[in-house]
Amino acid sequence: MAAAMKNVEEIRSRVILGEFGVKNAHTTDFPGNYPGYDDTWNLGKFQKNFRINVVQLKENSMEFDMVGVDPAIANAFRRILLAEVPTMAIEKVFIYNNTSIVQDEVLAHRLGLIPIRADPRLFEYRNSAAEEGSEIDTIQLQLKVKCSRNPRASKDSSDPRELYLHHMVYSRDLKWMPIGNQADVFADAFIGPVHDDILIAQLRPGQELDIVMHCVKGIGEKVAKVVNSRLDTCSREVLRHDDLKNLVKLGRIRDHFIFTVESTGILPPDVLVAEAIQVLMSKCQRFLSELDSSDMD
Amino acid sequence: SMAAEGEKKPVLEMVQADGADDGCVTFVMHEEDHTLGNSLRYMIMKNPEVDFCGYTITHPSETKINFRIQTRGNIPATEAFRQGLTDLSEACQHVLNTFQARVNEFKETQGQPTE
Repeated sequence: MAAAMKNVEEIRSRVILGEFGVKNAHTTDFPGNYPGYDDTWNLGKFQKNFRINVVQLKENSMEFDMVGVDPAIANAFRRILLAEVPTMAIEKVFIYNNTSIVQDEVLAHRLGLIPIRADPRLFEYRNSAAEEGSEIDTIQLQLKVKCSRNPRASKDSSDPRELYLHHMVYSRDLKWMPIGNQADVFADAFIGPVHDDILIAQLRPGQELDIVMHCVKGIGEKVAKVVNSRLDTCSREVLRHDDLKNLVKLGRIRDHFIFTVESTGILPPDVLVAEAIQVLMSKCQRFLSELDSSDMD
Repeated sequence: SMAAEGEKKPVLEMVQADGADDGCVTFVMHEEDHTLGNSLRYMIMKNPEVDFCGYTITHPSETKINFRIQTRGNIPATEAFRQGLTDLSEACQHVLNTFQARVNEFKETQGQPTE
């Protein structure tokens, strides 16, 4: 009986790494599954068992342990961090002139991938029907570059860096054009590209770019990378040795997660995680208020 | 259907077979996927009054999930649905409070984050 109980405890709390597969991969601690266990959801019990331990916190990355939470919920946070935390990104590109060899659509796509430093919490979502952006939902950037010959270049030089001026267009050339009161409101915010050395295009004398971009709030862009690893590579090497494989048992604790979050630099990683948790809460709230409003009909 | 007709995009619809009791309901949750689907399913399965809970993504190009709840008959499916959303939201609130407390402690002991 005691052995059976120990086995049950293992099924509930461990994921077993076998030689040819993973055992007990699914959560089974639901009411009715195990006699003698109260598996009904209990917030007090959850609060008592749940803990977080911050291991590292840097400007653009952090690592922490989250213990006492089901994989379904931990995975929801991970998924939101990867795909659903809002950011400001270049959405509309107005090309007034582009005589470079980069085609308009390729150029627009390249611009759309540049991470923009601007706190999305300070902006509203832009109404998709709205033609014109306003100060509360849009950041306007300008890229205006013209390449010319360098009059001071030596005659026999063949180095483009010496021969031409402004022939390399970098993300640092994107200039912020404040709308309305933005210049005052965001005076200390350093709105612009996160990285200033992203090469956008190369020009030759006479070629020019004249582009205006609108950045809007959206959830399309990747803001973070999350990986679960800390020296734990989940190695099953020991199971390849016949003399050892029957002597060891490899298990992983089901409710212990190691989060490593790398930010693209727009928001600090701890803010991203907090935002992700709030996104999941607002998803719940969205359906709760829908239930409430339909009850009144 | 619970969704408002007309311009507004539907958020939630409830589908029931003819003659089914209110313990068996499929909730069509628009603009959702595994993120809410799987975490909410876990919460609702934690309710002893619930007999079955599961969801499917209808099609990769449709942004909605069919979320099915069958209760043991003592409560309507809507109540289990509402309770699950409330429980999940409360759990998240605790995760958020804990996270922020630990981060603040870490910042105090380590000084401000450096490059």
